[in-house]
Amino acid sequence: MSSDSATRITPGNALRPEDIAAAGTRAEPDTAAYALRLGDDALVLAQRLGWWISRAPELEEDVALGNIALDLIGHARSFLSYAGSADGRTEDDLAYWRQETEFRSVHLVEQPNGDFARTIARQLVVSFYQFELYGALQHSTDPTLSAIAAKAVKEVDYHRDHSAQWVLRLGLGTDESRRRMIRALELTWPYVAELFDDDELVVSLGSRAVLPSSLKPAFDGHIAAILRQAELDLPVIQPAPGGGRRGQHSEHLGYLLAEMQVLAREHPGASW
Amino acid sequence: MESSLRPADPAAAAAWDVAATVCDPEIPVLTIEDLGVLRRVEVTDAQVQVAITPTYSGCPAMDAIRQDVTAALGAAGYPRVQVSLELAPAWTTDWMSSAGKAKLDAYGIAPPSGRAAVGPVRVGLSVKCPQCSSLNTRELTRFGSTSCKALWVCGDCREPFDYFKVL
Repeated sequence: MSSDSATRITPGNALRPEDIAAAGTRAEPDTAAYALRLGDDALVLAQRLGWWISRAPELEEDVALGNIALDLIGHARSFLSYAGSADGRTEDDLAYWRQETEFRSVHLVEQPNGDFARTIARQLVVSFYQFELYGALQHSTDPTLSAIAAKAVKEVDYHRDHSAQWVLRLGLGTDESRRRMIRALELTWPYVAELFDDDELVVSLGSRAVLPSSLKPAFDGHIAAILRQAELDLPVIQPAPGGGRRGQHSEHLGYLLAEMQVLAREHPGASW
Repeated sequence: MESSLRPADPAAAAAWDVAATVCDPEIPVLTIEDLGVLRRVEVTDAQVQVAITPTYSGCPAMDAIRQDVTAALGAAGYPRVQVSLELAPAWTTDWMSSAGKAKLDAYGIAPPSGRAAVGPVRVGLSVKCPQCSSLNTRELTRFGSTSCKALWVCGDCREPFDYFKVL
């Protein structure tokens, strides 16, 4: 277990739990398990989005996806630092030194980037889901979760604008962009259901957490409105099995983690 | 809002004034006091406790600011400094001082237009070109050189400029 950081200017400078919001707060084990889920969703998606830098259709989009990824890394750092406070691990311990089966992210975020439309379809779902989630989590009775959410919700609002605008542009653009957007929605939709699963943990957390199913009506309403505007149909597709919250992942996550973790594992304590 | 956070206690106020000289490494004309990033300074016999808040969750300037605050206070004779990061209440551009907004404008970055909206609906207020003061400007890309800025362009002087987004 390395407590050195691979991401900071000086090694050993990873955010410690006491840096987050309420100084020295230790998360309860069940709250930590919940924070880990939210942190993993943000971290895995940030890693996916980072791939686009230098590859997006235009320079502005390199910058936009890079900025969105940076916001997500910020959220992940806060959530993971808090999750680690339950057993004395840092954000870096959790990001770089866990195995695939220890990640609690949903399958949607580990889906391949595909073409630009697929990335946008994934962004549409995640940004509108996270906006509702953090909007509700601001009222959590856990002060740390509430503080992270209150900050994140304002940033995710910009992510919503970004994804919605691209869905309109691609959906109403050329025959080719429209064809790709329709295909992207079909490929993305099987992974939507998992976001709204209520399981034992969230139910038992009560007012500390947000019941995912409670977010569904608002999410469905917003998505339906955008797709209507873009003259696209809501895909009707069987949900994929899911299981990310229990550490059961698709084949995609292992490759993603291998790339994300290799530097920290090859050079423990490295910094730049 | 002008520095209403500056402590009344003279010892803490003296330390506050030192911390308040630290600039944002990405926008070197603005101090962390101008930005509203500096939230609290307390002095006990043993050490100075400083609380800062990030503008955006992923803002990489925070690490540098933390080190700069420690260094500035160290140079002013405060050897033991603890800088903590606070997330609540969440930072907003509404905390930026008028002096800070004027400095941004003079530096060539358009300051935030209007106050942070509550909820998803944004009324698009005009953004004034920091070069020629024209209101004939448009957004090129919402995401710019840092988390907190968008890239705009002026229709009159034709120059691109950074705009500090309302948050």
